[in-house]
Amino acid sequence: MENLSSLTVEGESLQQRVYQALEKITQTSDSQALDQLRVDYLGKKGELTSLLKTLGSLPAEERPKAGEVINQAKQVVQDALNTRKDELDSAALNARLAAESIDISLPGRGQEIGGLHPVTRTIDRIEDFFSSIGFTVAEGPEVEDDYHNFEALNIPEHHPARAMHDTFYFDAHTLLRTHTSPVQVREMENKQPPIRIICPGRVYRCDSDMTHSPMFHQMEGLLIDENISFADLKGILQQFLRAFFEQDLKVRFRPSYFPFTEPSIEVDVDRGDGRWLEVLGCGMVHPKVLEMSGIDPEKYTGFAFGMGMERFAMLRYGVDDLRLFFDNDLKFLSQLG
Amino acid sequence: MKFSEKWLREWVNPAIDSDSLDEQLSLAGLEIDGREAAAGEFSGVVIGEILSAEPHPNADKLQVCSVTDGTETYAVVCGAPNARAGLKTAFARIGAVLPGNFKIKKAKLRQVESFGMLSSEQELGLSENHDGIMELPSDAPLGMDIREYLDLDDQIFDVDLTPNRSDCLSIAGLARELGVLNKMGVNQPVLNRIVAEIEDQPKITLEAPTACPRYLGRIIRGVNIKATTPLWMQEKLRRGGIRSLDPVVDVTNYVMLELGQPMHAFDLANINGAITVRLSKENETLTLLNGTELKLNPESLVIADEKQALALAGIMGGEASGCNEATQDLMLEVAYFDPLSLAGKARDYGLHTDASHRFERGVDFKLQERAMERATELLLEITGGKAGPITEAVSEGHLPTRKPVTLRKARLEKLLALRLDDAEVNDILTRLGLEVTDTGAAWVTQVPSYRFDISIEEDLIEEVARVYGYDNLPVKAPTANLIIQSRSESELSKRQIRELLISRGYQEAITYSFIDPKWSALFDPNNEPLALANPISADLAVMRTSLLPSLAKALSHNQKRQQARVRFFETGLSFIKQADGSLSQEPKLAGLISGNRFPEGWAGKTEDVDFFDLKGDLEALIDLGNNAERWQFRVASNPALHPGQSAEILFQQDDGQQVTAGWIGALHPQLMKSLDLKGKVFVFEVSLACITQAQVAQFQSLSRFPEMRRDLALVVDAELPVGQLIQEARIQGGEWLQKVTLFDVYQGKGVEEGKKSLALGLTWQHPSRTLTDEEINTQVNQVVTAFSQGYAAELRS
Repeated sequence: MENLSSLTVEGESLQQRVYQALEKITQTSDSQALDQLRVDYLGKKGELTSLLKTLGSLPAEERPKAGEVINQAKQVVQDALNTRKDELDSAALNARLAAESIDISLPGRGQEIGGLHPVTRTIDRIEDFFSSIGFTVAEGPEVEDDYHNFEALNIPEHHPARAMHDTFYFDAHTLLRTHTSPVQVREMENKQPPIRIICPGRVYRCDSDMTHSPMFHQMEGLLIDENISFADLKGILQQFLRAFFEQDLKVRFRPSYFPFTEPSIEVDVDRGDGRWLEVLGCGMVHPKVLEMSGIDPEKYTGFAFGMGMERFAMLRYGVDDLRLFFDNDLKFLSQLG
Repeated sequence: MKFSEKWLREWVNPAIDSDSLDEQLSLAGLEIDGREAAAGEFSGVVIGEILSAEPHPNADKLQVCSVTDGTETYAVVCGAPNARAGLKTAFARIGAVLPGNFKIKKAKLRQVESFGMLSSEQELGLSENHDGIMELPSDAPLGMDIREYLDLDDQIFDVDLTPNRSDCLSIAGLARELGVLNKMGVNQPVLNRIVAEIEDQPKITLEAPTACPRYLGRIIRGVNIKATTPLWMQEKLRRGGIRSLDPVVDVTNYVMLELGQPMHAFDLANINGAITVRLSKENETLTLLNGTELKLNPESLVIADEKQALALAGIMGGEASGCNEATQDLMLEVAYFDPLSLAGKARDYGLHTDASHRFERGVDFKLQERAMERATELLLEITGGKAGPITEAVSEGHLPTRKPVTLRKARLEKLLALRLDDAEVNDILTRLGLEVTDTGAAWVTQVPSYRFDISIEEDLIEEVARVYGYDNLPVKAPTANLIIQSRSESELSKRQIRELLISRGYQEAITYSFIDPKWSALFDPNNEPLALANPISADLAVMRTSLLPSLAKALSHNQKRQQARVRFFETGLSFIKQADGSLSQEPKLAGLISGNRFPEGWAGKTEDVDFFDLKGDLEALIDLGNNAERWQFRVASNPALHPGQSAEILFQQDDGQQVTAGWIGALHPQLMKSLDLKGKVFVFEVSLACITQAQVAQFQSLSRFPEMRRDLALVVDAELPVGQLIQEARIQGGEWLQKVTLFDVYQGKGVEEGKKSLALGLTWQHPSRTLTDEEINTQVNQVVTAFSQGYAAELRS
């Protein structure tokens, strides 16, 4: 540029004018003023733009060089304008962001989530385990007849096992089911093996204290096929219990008595504290029960199991009072939902 | 049943400790429910004799006793009323430690020094008896440690036997099991046949031989009922949970614990003539030993003399014929009663005795003679007296029969998935008392008279498995043909329904299926609920016809605990009696909301819920099924609901028929008042079978052409249901109308009284071209005309 000192604007050298422009640009702090500067220097009638129009007055051999110099000057100013604009935009954005910042520690707005009852949650989990190995869910009536609740399960009238059931009656033959086994009976009556079902549901016993509720939930299961043995029963239930408690716990199989299974078994678990806790009853389906429902006990064998859902929920979630399950106190439910 | 470990070990004594014994029995199916020490933890207590007992100089109720332990004499202050010279008793010397780490030291009681303490049974943790200090027999050796003398280093086991194992309701039965488990022989008391010294014999007739096929009687004269039962027997009884009363009762109880045979002794002086075992007569009464006066049920088995019923057979003796302090001559009874005939009889009278417990489950029908001889032997030893011969009345044909039971080797292997050694199976069955014949492919067994639970092959499989040990049997994962379960997409699962409600803020409740009949009548006066014959309480007496009363009760529970904002849902059956007498048990879904619409928060104040919050939730459920067109809400009244804020929910079934699927609305203010509920409460109940029906989605091609929307501002009668206008708009809007949106409803300032203003947005779109303004205008005009003609709706300028 120095060698083009002949190029002057209002008596000042181009170089000086460019320096002045750059200074003005740097000092501008709002984008409107910056736009004005753009117009003043680079606009159609801007100072530098006008300078180009004076090229014609220069000798022909100087024109290309002068044009180049002016364009360079324009470019320098343009760059400065752009840089300044970016700076101003960025400052404006930062100011806006700062102004718009919120207290993110405030809680969110709107509906809270509700929750499942812990018994349902327990049933759902257990259903998932068993459906993953081919069991389907079966349901049935809760007001039952004597036949399906007792007779068909090898519990004739006056059987001592009836005393253990504390049954709610409506009349001599109608009652509230004391277990979900009648659902199994109905399934066996209507279907030939293979049968793989689980039967969750409400059951009723005429008993109420710290450890007994007149209504509670059971999950029973039934597997009938050819060649089902005691070893299968042990295998499935052991796997199930370990899956449910998510623990490689010790499982113990202990002889017991239920009229509808032979052999009958109670299963205890030790969750690591050296105490055996009884968690479920099971057994190989009694041949009489199979026969009564029209299944050939010579060809088919099977096993059944039953467990209390409240008990499983108590063990799983550490609940210590059975009655809490049916008070429906939101403080309780929302803890476990 | 409780029993002394030492007593059991007198019969079979395997070299295992108490813990192992506990586990062994439990794992054989004889579950040990608990164990406790036979006495409290104490030491330094010996047998002492009171040489003299003088009144305490400074206290009326105390005595100063001079007590010897055989070596030295001590002064002991004692407050027991039975402390007297000559009494041998438990003497805790200085240095002794009583239960609870209570150390005996020299003490001064009202200025008199006492060197030790005389103890009661309770103080030694033997029983609850604290009437006085222990009274020991006069031959008790002075200075001997009480623990040694009473053999107190013993444990009391409590076995919880399943009803099939009546054979183990005795030391003899338990010993037999323990012998099997440890492959050991069992020591039984030798059967001593008592030679009759007198000729007296009762006359016995069996009139009900099915119920009582065997009855043995024996007369014993000249017993000293005031004799003391020997300590060893008292102790065994105590550890068996039975209190010592008098030697006659003690002996019968002892034989019951030892052999499992319940017995009874009558005072011969109170028997009038011959004994008959018969069914009760009409209006017959009997006063039992416990003082209860019974009006006998028909078909009750009784032991009677020529005048009256003497005892309730197999359950309890009668007061009039029982023994007392004056008794000299007895008739001992040992009988076999049929379990089926006795089943439930005690329960019918509200009774449960050691005898009925055993007879109902089955007592060895060959045990009676042995028990009679054993009891006689013990009784004569203790009380003296002379026994007559045994009279046995028996109806052989009515005694149980034991058919041979066959166990096929292949079946055993199949069911256990294990091939057991023949000799092992043979040994197990034989030790259990079965007579076993090996036929090569099977074992044919003869079942002993004490086993009532072995009649089929599976019973034998259980026995073998049980003794072999369930835990020792193999484990395998079952295999099966994999079949994909069909799950219909046109049926929603209960889980989908629950999850949607939960994400909309509902908490699942589970309430009792039985409710208070008063609540039932308030909510559903038109359906008479099914009543329980034996409800647990008056407020849980009828089956619910609707889930709503239960949810209202749950709300009430929470309102009383300062929970004002409640959102509940529940699924469960409703039980409704049908006209034909049958019972409908229909799965229902019910919901209830009350309190604030949103949880209390910082972002503005929230309002109370209203009808439309609940309706919105229900509509969301309906949308989950993708079949909103099949649902309709219709104004209708329900006794539980506010007449101006309730609707019947209608559902169009697959066959086109519209059915009532449920109800939605505000709880009736009157009902709210009766139930003392606060705030506003909105509820719905809907058939689960309807709400789970879903329409599988079908794709319709997307239009590339623009949507056109026109908004209409209308003024209509305030009473006019807007739903009708929306319906009309859908009809009149033409085939390309896509959507009708109601985006404002306003009533108040600026709108004429009795009117409301509405804003509707109508959206059109053509699948294959852009609609023209003219086309849209034509449709709009058609809608507006229908509105003004059919509904007197004015277009707002």
